[in-house]
Amino acid sequence: MRLETPTRLLENMLIDDRQRGVFRVNRRAFIDDRLFALEGRAIFERCWLYAAHESELAASGAFVSRIVGGKPLLINRDRNGGLHAFFNTCPHRGATVCREDRGRARNFTCPYHGWVFSDEGKTIHRPIDTSYSPACMEDSTQHLTPVPRFDSFAGFLFVNFAQGPESLETYLAGAGEYLKNIQAQDRESMIVLGSPQTYSARANWKLLQENSADGYHASSTHSTYFDYIRNREGAVRDNFSRTGFGCVRNLGNGHAVSESLDGTPWGRPLARWIDSWGTEIRADVDAAYAEMVQRVGAERAKTICHGDRNLLIFPNLVINDIMGLVIRTYYPTSPSYFEVNAFALAPKHEGPRLRDLRHRNFLEFLGPAGFATPDDQEMLESCQRAYATQTWVQWNDLSRGMLTEDGPNPAKQDELQMRTFWRRWHELMRRAGETEAV
Amino acid sequence: MNATAAEITRSEVEDFLFLEAALLDEWKLEAWAALFTADGEYLIPPLDDPDADPLNSLFLVYDDRHRLNERARRLLNKAAHAEFPHSRTVHLVSNVRIVERSADELQVRSSFIVTRAKGPLNDTYPGRSTYRLLVTSDGLRIRSKRAALELSQLRPQGKVSIIL
Ligand code: FES
Ligand SMILES: [Fe+2]
Repeated sequence: MRLETPTRLLENMLIDDRQRGVFRVNRRAFIDDRLFALEGRAIFERCWLYAAHESELAASGAFVSRIVGGKPLLINRDRNGGLHAFFNTCPHRGATVCREDRGRARNFTCPYHGWVFSDEGKTIHRPIDTSYSPACMEDSTQHLTPVPRFDSFAGFLFVNFAQGPESLETYLAGAGEYLKNIQAQDRESMIVLGSPQTYSARANWKLLQENSADGYHASSTHSTYFDYIRNREGAVRDNFSRTGFGCVRNLGNGHAVSESLDGTPWGRPLARWIDSWGTEIRADVDAAYAEMVQRVGAERAKTICHGDRNLLIFPNLVINDIMGLVIRTYYPTSPSYFEVNAFALAPKHEGPRLRDLRHRNFLEFLGPAGFATPDDQEMLESCQRAYATQTWVQWNDLSRGMLTEDGPNPAKQDELQMRTFWRRWHELMRRAGETEAV
Repeated sequence: MNATAAEITRSEVEDFLFLEAALLDEWKLEAWAALFTADGEYLIPPLDDPDADPLNSLFLVYDDRHRLNERARRLLNKAAHAEFPHSRTVHLVSNVRIVERSADELQVRSSFIVTRAKGPLNDTYPGRSTYRLLVTSDGLRIRSKRAALELSQLRPQGKVSIIL
């Protein structure tokens, strides 16, 4: 067996020819086990990863336990208001300390031998502890281990499994502005509604990142959704998918956004009314809009309320602020399978009529039983299955709009957002590959 | 002569639910939608909270009568890619109980297992349904169907592209 260095693994992986306007990704990126293992080290253990929203931890003692970047975490608010993120594993022999998805607790008891941890992660009780040496009792590693870095931005909580110089804010680069605009949708705070949709797809995780802001696929993959909207609303703006409106922006560090102002055929509870909602709702929508104008100014209110955004934060966070507002994060367990957690986010002070409308709007398109998401999953899975032909059919093409990508308005229907992702992916993979090869 | 809610037997309710299951298995989805009353609704609540209020929680399905009809029509379109070609399903309905009766309405609980075969995949959807059935001159009609999946995660099924 020939041993391959990570650097060799990445040879012939990307064609990025700006002169000719050709961008290709080798399909090996979706199926190779060694690349998958390298992604774990080069990307998921180095980047800031979305973990939770502050509203999930609003109450004193609130906790969530969930898998983030493949690792079980326990995130909680202690009785003094401090937020913590721990690896959810007992320092004794490793049992999962917290086995509930969410709740409130003053302390946490490991079910295996009964060690008890405070809400600050300190070991406060070990049954029959007289048998432990003073060295064990005083050992600072015998507490819950916090994740190396944990920080908050505009209500969004992120973890980083590596120590490093890059702060969360620096990491988010141009995406930070967009997160602030989401936070601004309520005068006090945004809230996660209920529990997340927890689903999956039998495909490579990067296909979802590509798909989540892909303006090019909408009219074919989702034609039945647009038929449905057309039946209800009459004519859908007929250039919806062809000539395009809105644009894509490279936000730095692999992040990108695809955005537009008006133009899409659906309504937004905050706040863009459509006919089929009726006049009663119109008063609510207008009032929500007026409140935004008053609070953030006319220009920003227009951007927030009349705009649609698909925000991609490298490597595995998507915030779709479209007919619904979804935080979607995902993690692969193999090259051909990933798990998704999708949370609905809403303004805390939204009234019941708009809230109801928000749910209905969200679910008509989004989620694993919506009118669109299952068809996306089907496309991703069909791509993945067909990559069995990679030896003979090597390349995916992501060249759309490449010759104009540095111009003022790269189109939503082009593929700059995917190229932005892949360039960053390639850079981080190579960087890790070079380090490991030494 | 019209039966009243007090006279309906469990067997009659079962016959109705078996008919619903057969329509779904045979992809007669518009006929399925026609089983609902004009104010009918079809819900799939969050996996961890079968009794959740749709105002406060993120459901999987929250269809009013118009939306459930459109759901049925959409799935019959070849461009509903997740269900083209149509998957093959078996809707098993069991443990049927009438738990409440009012003048013209029954509340019914049942358990279900739906199997779905499509291409290389065989998926299973277990759960419990709560129905509100209206007794009409045309027989029973569904005013509300809440199909709560007994799964802790929608994995590895990944999606609910069929009607449960
Ligand atoms: S593993 Fe937790 S107390 Fe032993
Ligand atoms: Fe899509």
